[in-house]
Amino acid sequence: MHIVVCVKQVPDTKVIKINPKTNTLDRRGVPSIINPYDAHAVQEAVHLKRQHGGKVSVLSMGPPQATAVIKKSIEIGADEGYLISDRAFAGADTLATSYALTKALEKISKTSPIDMVFCGKHAIDGDTGQVGPGIAKRLDIPPITNISAITKVTKDYVELQRKLQDGYAHIRSTLPCLITIEKEINEIEYAPFPNMLKAVNYQPVVWSIDHLEDVDRKQLGLKGSPTVVGKMFAPPKQEGGHRLEGTPEEQVVQLVEVLKEKQYLFHFNKG
Amino acid sequence: MPEKFDVIVVGAGPAGTSCAYQCAKNGLKVLQIERGEYPGAKNVMGGVLYKQQLEEIIPEFWKEAPIERPIVEQRMWLLDEESAMTLGFKGRAWANEASYNNFTILRAKFDQWFARKAQELGVTLINETVVEECLVENGKVIGVRTDRPEGEVLADVVVLADGVNSLLAKQLGFHQDIEPAQVALTVMEVLKLPAETINERFNIEDGQGCTIEMFGDSTKGHLGTAFLYTNKESLNIGVGATLSSIVKEKIKPYELLEYVKNHPIVKPLIQGAEEAEYLAHLIPEGGYHAIPKLVGDGVIVAGDAAQLVNGIHREGSNMAMKSGSYAAEAILLAKQKGRFTEEVLAIYREKVYESFIGQDLKKYKDATETLENHPQYLKEYIPMMNRAARAFFTVDGTSKREKQKGIFNMFMERGKIRTVQDMYRAWKVMK
Repeated sequence: MHIVVCVKQVPDTKVIKINPKTNTLDRRGVPSIINPYDAHAVQEAVHLKRQHGGKVSVLSMGPPQATAVIKKSIEIGADEGYLISDRAFAGADTLATSYALTKALEKISKTSPIDMVFCGKHAIDGDTGQVGPGIAKRLDIPPITNISAITKVTKDYVELQRKLQDGYAHIRSTLPCLITIEKEINEIEYAPFPNMLKAVNYQPVVWSIDHLEDVDRKQLGLKGSPTVVGKMFAPPKQEGGHRLEGTPEEQVVQLVEVLKEKQYLFHFNKG
Repeated sequence: MPEKFDVIVVGAGPAGTSCAYQCAKNGLKVLQIERGEYPGAKNVMGGVLYKQQLEEIIPEFWKEAPIERPIVEQRMWLLDEESAMTLGFKGRAWANEASYNNFTILRAKFDQWFARKAQELGVTLINETVVEECLVENGKVIGVRTDRPEGEVLADVVVLADGVNSLLAKQLGFHQDIEPAQVALTVMEVLKLPAETINERFNIEDGQGCTIEMFGDSTKGHLGTAFLYTNKESLNIGVGATLSSIVKEKIKPYELLEYVKNHPIVKPLIQGAEEAEYLAHLIPEGGYHAIPKLVGDGVIVAGDAAQLVNGIHREGSNMAMKSGSYAAEAILLAKQKGRFTEEVLAIYREKVYESFIGQDLKKYKDATETLENHPQYLKEYIPMMNRAARAFFTVDGTSKREKQKGIFNMFMERGKIRTVQDMYRAWKVMK
């Protein structure tokens, strides 16, 4: 079984700030990390490899320093990594990104046919969740999003648990397919030492635009990106609200009063 | 079968990286293992880096290393509650590249840079990994076991540069538990302040730095010191006291730091600065007597792990780097001989003891203990000196001779014999 995991390098949004004057992201001094959902996707692929054999490849698009997320994937247990890196890819939105990644996937599958493509459910910087389904559409394979468990894998189909708003759906899909991964699917394991050693000096296969085949350059990068960001703003700060004062006993009495007043907010079974 | 290297260096601080750098430079296959997220992530010092020992490793390093300011002035303050006797040296020579003496640095940046230089020479650096024990076979260290799955890795020689509380050296029986009197707990803050404000307040220019060491009331008379150093756009302010006095006197280190920050002599210098970072670390202060066994079959102990810190002159990172260099020299010799035994590696111990490291630590071997057992130096004499200075410099119609007599009597209040004893003892431990 050959699984290719698409991974993205993102700014660590835990430490990112929005400049209140310009409404743009202030990236100064913000560390770059592997998109956390992608890390879980790599981990899941490594689990499957352990059970069913095969190979895990990772693919990323980005500047040369995105090699770091491929190294991180090698630490988790991926076997090999590909980085597509070219100025022609820069400024891509989800449409152009999925096009470029598809071209790379097609090239990878020529030497080693792909059974499944994994993506994180979305990237924490853009939050769109569109690249995965975009790739599936272009490859003409089923996209199954928000997967919280892989319950069965055979050589013809997989059974998956898909997370919905208020429940789960059990899905069977033919192979090959593309799935996008939820964090709850696994815990990232503490990487084995030999993986750390392999990762530290690992150099991925790097492809520029000239390495990819049958590429329509108009569909790449900024040129191939119809998305226009109209406006960016930080959400307004929450106003103070009502603060209960007094001894704990007094506060409890007040709190119960407030809850009684607002009981229409709750779906209590009054039976 | 675990992978095998020529050298495993545990720790990516000044000692470890110095050793790894020089081993790799001479063609050895080196693995360096760091527990922090990156080198420097867990390392703390007041912030003074001396030039000499690093320049021997990387000539003209200051041209590319992330240094903050070359130091042109060193001040020493003997603090009373609301006054200070000051002493210091400022020299233009120290502002010239050719005669730089030392620099302020921020460890998180500096250690990363130094480790990267070693990586460029081929050192394999693994972060976020804890070495749990040395692998020992027939009394010889043959590698280490990390906390990761399949975590064993082998080497001809293991260098323990794992810091002040070297659990690895302890496991090997090289030292006992560290006594509370042999380590200082230092807490410090990085305070952000614009460069121009720093220049004005400390009377320096861009590219010039100033250090202030504070004794006496800065630790409320407990055994320890406080410091205030200038970075490019921030100040490092910290205070350290021996663990034993912290325990005995029930001091809360962060309260002590707040006390220093609000001291009337210190406060104007840091006013309006924004607190950017808070750090704490143990500093080895045991000196000469605390130096553990330094070599064994297949193993060398360097830097803080070997307790190589001169607390009196706040030197440590230079000794760490020098010990790392000596370790590398010993390893290269052993490689040549094809034997990594204690007997061959013993050249490391000789070099450490014969160099300024051993000499200086020997010079002050009883200083910490003496100050610990005789708190009057910090608690009584410093306030007395402040009173004496105030009396002497206050013009109030008393003749100078009368003033001198008064000051002499002030010092003899403790009793002539005791005072003479105290002076003799101080001279003896410092000579």
